[in-house]
Amino acid sequence: MTTTTGRTPQPSQDALAAIEQPLSKAALPRWAPWGVLAAAVVVALAVLLPGGTSVAAVAVLAGLLHLLLIGVVSRVKEGGRKAADRLVTALVTMAFLIAMVPLVSVVWTVVSRGAARFDATFFTYSMQGIVGEGGGGLHAIWGTVIVTLLATVISVPIGLMTAVYLVEYGGKSALSRAITFLVDVMTGIPSIVAGLFVVALFALLVGPRPRIALMGAIALSVLMIPVVVRSTEEMLKLVPNDLREAAYALGVPKWRTIVKVVLRTSLSGIATGVTLAVARVAGETAPLLLTVGLATRTNFDPLVGQIATLPVFAYYQYTQPGVPAQAGVDRAWTAALVLIILVMALNLVARLISRYFSPKGGR
Amino acid sequence: MSTPTRAPERDPGRGSIATGAKRPGDGIFRGTATAAGTLILLTLAAVAAFLMWQSLPAFTTDDEIPRGSLTAYIGPLLFGTVLAAVIALVVATPVAVGIGLFISHFAPRRAAQGLGYLVDLLAAVPSIVYGIWGAVVLSQAMLPIYGWLADNLGFIPLFAGPASASGRTIFTAGLVLAVMVLPIITALARDIFLQTPRLHEEAALALGATRWEMIRYAVLPYARSGVVSAAMLGLGRALGETMAVALVLSVSNVVTFNLISNTNPGTIAANIALQFPEAAGVETNVLIASGLALFVITFLVNFAARWIVARSGVKA
Amino acid sequence: MAKLIDVSDLNIYYGSFLAVEDVSMTIEPRAVTALIGPSGCGKSTFLRSLNRMHEVIPDARVEGKVVMDGQDLYDKDVDPVSVRQHIGMVFQRPNPFPTMSIYDNVAAGVRLNAKRMRKKDMDDLVESSLRGANLWNEVKDRLDKPGMGLSGGQQQRLCIARAIAIRPSVLLMDEPCSALDPISTLAVEDLIAELKNEYTIVIVTHNMQQAARVSDQTGFFNLAAIGKPGRLIELDSTSTIFSNPSQKATEDYISGRFG
Repeated sequence: MTTTTGRTPQPSQDALAAIEQPLSKAALPRWAPWGVLAAAVVVALAVLLPGGTSVAAVAVLAGLLHLLLIGVVSRVKEGGRKAADRLVTALVTMAFLIAMVPLVSVVWTVVSRGAARFDATFFTYSMQGIVGEGGGGLHAIWGTVIVTLLATVISVPIGLMTAVYLVEYGGKSALSRAITFLVDVMTGIPSIVAGLFVVALFALLVGPRPRIALMGAIALSVLMIPVVVRSTEEMLKLVPNDLREAAYALGVPKWRTIVKVVLRTSLSGIATGVTLAVARVAGETAPLLLTVGLATRTNFDPLVGQIATLPVFAYYQYTQPGVPAQAGVDRAWTAALVLIILVMALNLVARLISRYFSPKGGR
Repeated sequence: MSTPTRAPERDPGRGSIATGAKRPGDGIFRGTATAAGTLILLTLAAVAAFLMWQSLPAFTTDDEIPRGSLTAYIGPLLFGTVLAAVIALVVATPVAVGIGLFISHFAPRRAAQGLGYLVDLLAAVPSIVYGIWGAVVLSQAMLPIYGWLADNLGFIPLFAGPASASGRTIFTAGLVLAVMVLPIITALARDIFLQTPRLHEEAALALGATRWEMIRYAVLPYARSGVVSAAMLGLGRALGETMAVALVLSVSNVVTFNLISNTNPGTIAANIALQFPEAAGVETNVLIASGLALFVITFLVNFAARWIVARSGVKA
Repeated sequence: MAKLIDVSDLNIYYGSFLAVEDVSMTIEPRAVTALIGPSGCGKSTFLRSLNRMHEVIPDARVEGKVVMDGQDLYDKDVDPVSVRQHIGMVFQRPNPFPTMSIYDNVAAGVRLNAKRMRKKDMDDLVESSLRGANLWNEVKDRLDKPGMGLSGGQQQRLCIARAIAIRPSVLLMDEPCSALDPISTLAVEDLIAELKNEYTIVIVTHNMQQAARVSDQTGFFNLAAIGKPGRLIELDSTSTIFSNPSQKATEDYISGRFG
């Protein structure tokens, strides 16, 4: 503000009147958006029904009509600013509903088509000696369990200790910053590249093109480790420094403090993170396609021979269904359904762990 | 050095402060932690090194490379990879920003977390499932739209047609990718929106702004760079996604901007998945070389995204 | 078991920043020494240097001598972990371990050091420590409940019980009552008065009345200006400091003219 002149300029009366706003203004009733939506649906039905229609077409037209109507009605009744607000509210709500369409469609499709072979046979038989109908995915279920478990066994210690290094020892050292940066980069490695890496590695170590469960587990580990590091790191950072100091003040060595206090306190958070990481890699297909191949019988040896996994099983049953084709496609859908149930169950378990096993306290 | 550091049971009052030996546990534990971190560095270096090593023959070989030369082989694939990812991003980003705003600022407080969880569920669907769903359901559902586009908007090169009869086009593949990256971008965008300083928001509201004006003047400026980097992380994911594209697309390895026809460019990742199991000889090396190219591109995209975040100082 | 601590020429640094300069003092056994002074004068930093908790912070270091029992705590061969087993500490905010029960919290000092103890001995140790902290009667029926479920004042006494369970010689208290309500504060002050029969106690406090109530000798810390190191201005019996201090700065602070 300049105070050099003696007289401060005053806004004109017109300008003041423009700023002035009444306390209460004409507003649409609370039910207005729903009313407008109902009207939009009715109009959409009326327009489309005569020519024969689909749910999707009605929904799209009703959505557009709703946007148009609420904008116009609000603009007339409440003015431009309020109309913009209502328009945006309708738009972001629609964005959410749009995202629900594929979710519902995927779940519905997989459940309805996978139900055909969601039977006892599927869970008790492998594909050994099966041509055409029958057979099951037991070998693939075992394969997925074995490969995922192996990947977890490899990833968790490495990921956990790396996070411990970053939070408890690394500080701002060059190594620590390099690791943080590369973990970020690793998060973005395409899964197929992780598969290629393992293929290239084993080609060098044991000669051309072996396909064994261990390779798949290592490929999945490359994808899983950064997730474990990231989530564990976040959890360790959440442990209040007070607790570390409390342990140090009791004369507890640093490593015991980390193991018995820091890790113990963040255990449920770490378990949640690990479960989510397992869920993420359990559904991976591309790297397994390159590294573990496919088998028709259950293979419990991670070091010898190809092994079937649910995603790869689903892929081949769908792309090379055999004769009759429907039998293979049905098996593919059921494998997909089992896989989805498995992954969603892991997600659910993760939520439950974080809800029921986190330390409770008054703070 | 080897004497015990202290008596196991310290007699109260008479114990003295231990001197001399260091406890070994600390050193071992610290060493293990450092080794684990270093292993990650080595792994990433190894990924790059082995991919280079194994793709080397593709550059030096005298054998016949599929489609003549390495550039002629990888070029169209690269084009398709970028095209599909861009389609995914153009579709997913606005929707993700909308959902992010809906959950952070519009949805009723009590429902917001549950609704957010629903969106997260999209990320829990395995890619193979999206792939089969895209090939069977989505491509069928898109048929009438492709027909309409070809008939009415055919003058735009993107929709030149003739419309694919199977619906398995690069546009369908892009849509499936959009669904797959949607939860990733949404989650990041939502977090950034929620980080907007409460003071800024209340300052706007106290001036009499409507909710949308508050978002426009307080939330969006604050979140802009965060949203850009969220979109780039989504892009990195879309570039490398394999199965959805491999299952949806009918590939003919051309370079075309026609999104809805039968002739579509493939993508690097999908091409590897489709060709590698049966590949032999130098073809393997060529595929690995294409994988290396993909690795470099996603690396750059992710790097740029992190750089934007680091520069803006917003925690993602 | 209470011990005398002799501090001579102590300089405390954070990196290259000198936080506390040239402190020499003798801390008497079986007595309460209170440290007072304005915020940022380094009294908490000084306190933490007495059991080598200071060096938990990256880049923090100390020059000078802290001698207890003829042993310089900063001698090259001295194991800081062992120092902390002899000199216990209670913090500003109560910090019981959230994953542990009341019983386990008290037993933590023994258990976390992987020392084996018979169940009966452990029960006795827990009971005597809780009694020592004036908490036994309030919690004896719910020893297996989480320590975080107690009130703030109870949590702080639980932390004191945890600290005395490892039978230290010295107890350091860093503003132990600043997060507590007046009634809990009184309970902790009563406890301090009892504990001094067995322990050497050093307490940092912002509350001058508290220093006057609980301590036998009082040290006044001050700093010349912001960014300058803190120094010990004077140390004397509490009654002298509060009635007839020798330094002008002490008198100004006591009478509320600054700080």
